[in-house]
Amino acid sequence: MSSLLVQGYEVVIGFETHTQLSTASKIFSRAPTAFGAEANTQAAPVDLALPGTLPVMNKGAVERAIELGLALGSTIAPRSIFARKNYFYPDLPKGYQISQFEIPVVQGGSVEFLLGEERKSVRLVRAHLEEDAGKSLHEDFVGMSGIDLNRAGTPLLEIVTEPDMRSSAEAVAYARELHKIVTWIGICDGNMQEGSFRCDANVSVRKPGAPLGTRREIKNLNSFKFMQQAIDFEIRWQIEEIEDGRAIQQATVLFDPDTGETRAMRTKEDAADYRYFPDPDLPPLVVEAEWVERVRAQMPELPRAMAARFVADLGVPEYDAATLTQSKAMAAYFEATAKASGQAKLASNWIMGEVSRRLNTSEAGIESAPVSSAQLAALIGRIADGTISNNAARQVFDALWTGDGSDVDAVIEAKGLKQMNDSGALEKIIDEVLAANADNVAQFRAGKEKAFNALVGQAMKASKGKANPAEVNAMLKARLG
Amino acid sequence: MTTKTASSKDLHDLGVAELASKIAARDVSAVETAQHFLDRAARHQNLAAYVSIDAEVTLAQARAADARIAAGSAGPLEGVPIAHKDLFVTRDFPTTAGSKMLAGYRSPFDATVVARLAAQGVVTLGKLSCDEFAMGSANETVAVPAVGHDTPSAPLNPWDHSRVAGGSSGGSAVAVAARMAPAATGTDTGGSIRQPAAFCGVTGIKPTYGRASRYGMVAYASSLDQAGPMARSAEDCALLLSALCGPDLDRDSTSLDRPAEDYSRSLNDSLQGLRIGVPKEFFGEGLQADVRAAVDAALKTYEGLGAKLVPVTLPRTELSIPVYYIIAPAEASSNLSRFDGVKFGHRADKYTDLLDMYKKTRAEGFGDEVKRRIMIGTYVLSHGYYDAYYLQAQKIRRMIADDFRAAFETCDLIAGPVAPSVAWKIGDNADDPVANYLADIFTLPASLAGLPGMSLPAGFGADDMPVGLQLIGNYFQEARLLNAAHQFQQATDFHLRAPEGI
Amino acid sequence: MALTPQDIGRIANLARLELKQDESDRMLGHLNAFFAVVEQMRAVDTTGLEPLAHPVAAFEDVALRLRPDVPGEYPSREDSQRSAPAVENGLYLVPKVIE
Repeated sequence: MSSLLVQGYEVVIGFETHTQLSTASKIFSRAPTAFGAEANTQAAPVDLALPGTLPVMNKGAVERAIELGLALGSTIAPRSIFARKNYFYPDLPKGYQISQFEIPVVQGGSVEFLLGEERKSVRLVRAHLEEDAGKSLHEDFVGMSGIDLNRAGTPLLEIVTEPDMRSSAEAVAYARELHKIVTWIGICDGNMQEGSFRCDANVSVRKPGAPLGTRREIKNLNSFKFMQQAIDFEIRWQIEEIEDGRAIQQATVLFDPDTGETRAMRTKEDAADYRYFPDPDLPPLVVEAEWVERVRAQMPELPRAMAARFVADLGVPEYDAATLTQSKAMAAYFEATAKASGQAKLASNWIMGEVSRRLNTSEAGIESAPVSSAQLAALIGRIADGTISNNAARQVFDALWTGDGSDVDAVIEAKGLKQMNDSGALEKIIDEVLAANADNVAQFRAGKEKAFNALVGQAMKASKGKANPAEVNAMLKARLG
Repeated sequence: MTTKTASSKDLHDLGVAELASKIAARDVSAVETAQHFLDRAARHQNLAAYVSIDAEVTLAQARAADARIAAGSAGPLEGVPIAHKDLFVTRDFPTTAGSKMLAGYRSPFDATVVARLAAQGVVTLGKLSCDEFAMGSANETVAVPAVGHDTPSAPLNPWDHSRVAGGSSGGSAVAVAARMAPAATGTDTGGSIRQPAAFCGVTGIKPTYGRASRYGMVAYASSLDQAGPMARSAEDCALLLSALCGPDLDRDSTSLDRPAEDYSRSLNDSLQGLRIGVPKEFFGEGLQADVRAAVDAALKTYEGLGAKLVPVTLPRTELSIPVYYIIAPAEASSNLSRFDGVKFGHRADKYTDLLDMYKKTRAEGFGDEVKRRIMIGTYVLSHGYYDAYYLQAQKIRRMIADDFRAAFETCDLIAGPVAPSVAWKIGDNADDPVANYLADIFTLPASLAGLPGMSLPAGFGADDMPVGLQLIGNYFQEARLLNAAHQFQQATDFHLRAPEGI
Repeated sequence: MALTPQDIGRIANLARLELKQDESDRMLGHLNAFFAVVEQMRAVDTTGLEPLAHPVAAFEDVALRLRPDVPGEYPSREDSQRSAPAVENGLYLVPKVIE
């Protein structure tokens, strides 16, 4: 692993990811969780911590925690406890956050993913339920901040890893995989711009074999691009500090995308003494085995299992399978196309190629692809059965994508793209080409491979592109010996 | 002391049950009744029991009650006026919890207890004084002025205006004792219904923990707080307890999923064979002779009614003081963090930055006793002290609950004093907060175990001040407690006595 | 376990309470008197005992009740902000939060 060292230092990274759960109502109140409402219009008395209010737990939040635990191979605690984390901040209305401390609902588990070609596994310590805080807005007020408590009380699942990652690339790959899983199983909408999936990266460096270095925590990374940048900067900064003889102080830092730098937040005095104690307003959360089994029975096939199935049953290479299972919608599209056309590899090529290319330029998801899996399957069918060449297929695809026609056969007909399949006619063309290109024939016989291609080209031209190139090749070879 | 005969009874001498039937029979209207008590509250403003009165709101509620009676859709307590301890939030009256921190606060919702009583037709007379955030045993820490007063002052014990009413539901006890309300709601965390009831010669009951919803009760100590009625008889308490207890599953996670009960159902049961446990730890040196004499006499009365006295032991009685005064302040220190000047309540006028705003707001909004308990609570939860204090206290709490379980194997209910002495003089314990804590010794154990407990007038002690008898039941034995109290009240008339000048 | 003035300062800061010097001194005295009473509690042998966090747990198994994930009604912003110290455009105003 020496290639991972940065200036001779080993990098150690652990992640804490806050995922907002896709429940309709908040974790402890009945206010809705929809994003973007006018300030403080989605804050019930419980969320505002009005005197006399009490928390009541949302079953949907617990169910989503169970789903995540099952997806990651964790243990679901039969009994877990909610605790108060006490600190003062304007976006924290009660002056404490209800979270889980000593006994969380999900324990252990792991996230597996590919880093390039390498198989990686990052162990989870735990995932626990807690409530989100509100938001502070600074722009519109001079010397003041405006507090919006709409977000206060949104259910969160905080997913904590062991410090298993050894590079920023690995960390980002982990985050992408976790993001895929939580959106795949439907517990989180994954909208990072809206704050649905926020990562804190704990980063430290050490000389190989030395004890763990002091870590600094980069908070609230909500884009994969910034994640890599921030971690890379932090690593270089820490190494520079150490090389200059300064010790790393434990700190919470923020990444500034404009400068590309991480910067320590103003230290909060006594920030560490949260005075955790079990919340007397909430009895212990009991999750019975029957409930876990019911949830397990309803879980969708997970991406890695599906990818493995694509490799085993459909003969798709591992890398392709991983890419095709980047989202449930993509995988479904692929599977439908593969099954309908019977051509898994072709389907994979087209989806990873033409389809993805067009989707990426318009930054759209596969759900909005104008070409349905049925249409693509039909097109692939016509390639496989020799009706059209690959080139012609691209033209058909274009027409389908832009809406200039919706039936594959109709488009082929309208654009006259049918490959020539008449061997007799082709023989005649070959005869003419050979007759008209005696020099090339001679050069080929003298050993020049390129001359053969020229003959193929001439034959294709003579057939106005409709000849089946494979057939032309075969015929020429047969004739030229 | 006077006792009225039935024929010369004024409206304010009637109990809740009697008022309810008179109003239902239209012998008197809800409006007349409400006005009568509002007048009495005005006449006895010097007692500083009420902190909020709004005649317009009360009379509008009374008119609506009268309309329902006329329409034939009256509830069981239609038109009966009741005052609420100012710890229950109400839409129609401000809620202060006795604190400057919440002066003028208007809640957008009603406490469940208030709503349940209103659903039965109860009319709200106003809000009653209490110790600030329910922290106190003499109602001396109230930081908002009573109606008719410019500055805050402790409610006066109607039996002797130089003495405290008890706390923290002092205003409730005074209102009932001085006939400014036929009944009132109170809250009991460590004795705050039982002790003021004893000091003021009225009857009060705290149900099993979880029986009454805490939604809308300004939180002091979450695992101890309970709501309960205070009135002049066990019969009235039974009526009201039945109305305010019951599941509140959607709003309070500690509310028990047990159907509401009719606590009046066994009032008339005979006490023959009832085993009354008498804990020796409740009759030690600290108990004043005059209180002991009254309690002993009451126990003799019980024997006359057929009950058998059984010696029991509650070995950790004394430990209940440090245990309670660790757990309650710890929970309170966290519950009171929401008072930060951001969303509601007091905010300091001058501050330099956010941290300064917090510190000044809370320093100005909270009184000394509240600050003390926040400090204690913060300390015992803080890093390094949690195990030795908070965790240890919760473990001993289990031992205390186990002590009761053992005791209840040989008796049906436990009886003893409510407090070591009668009500003391106002200002006596002002500089010695710990002395006040020690006086809670008899009421704390039942609170810690979550058991139901009540106080009923059992006689008079030094300086002719009322003495209360405490009855503690096993879990969910409220009906039995009320039965025992009611039979006592059939055999004695202490509960019918009224202070002079009332 | 006697507290020092530094302890008072640290706890007051954690609790966001500003105490004047005389208040601080009195607080120190009261707290130390209180903790003297508490000392007896620390000596009790509680090995093997589970803490009693919820009194109901003394007689029956308590479990957290779960409500269905359905949004419900709640008071309007206007009602809820009636007693707010400082509000603008629906936002609660506080001294600037510096990160």
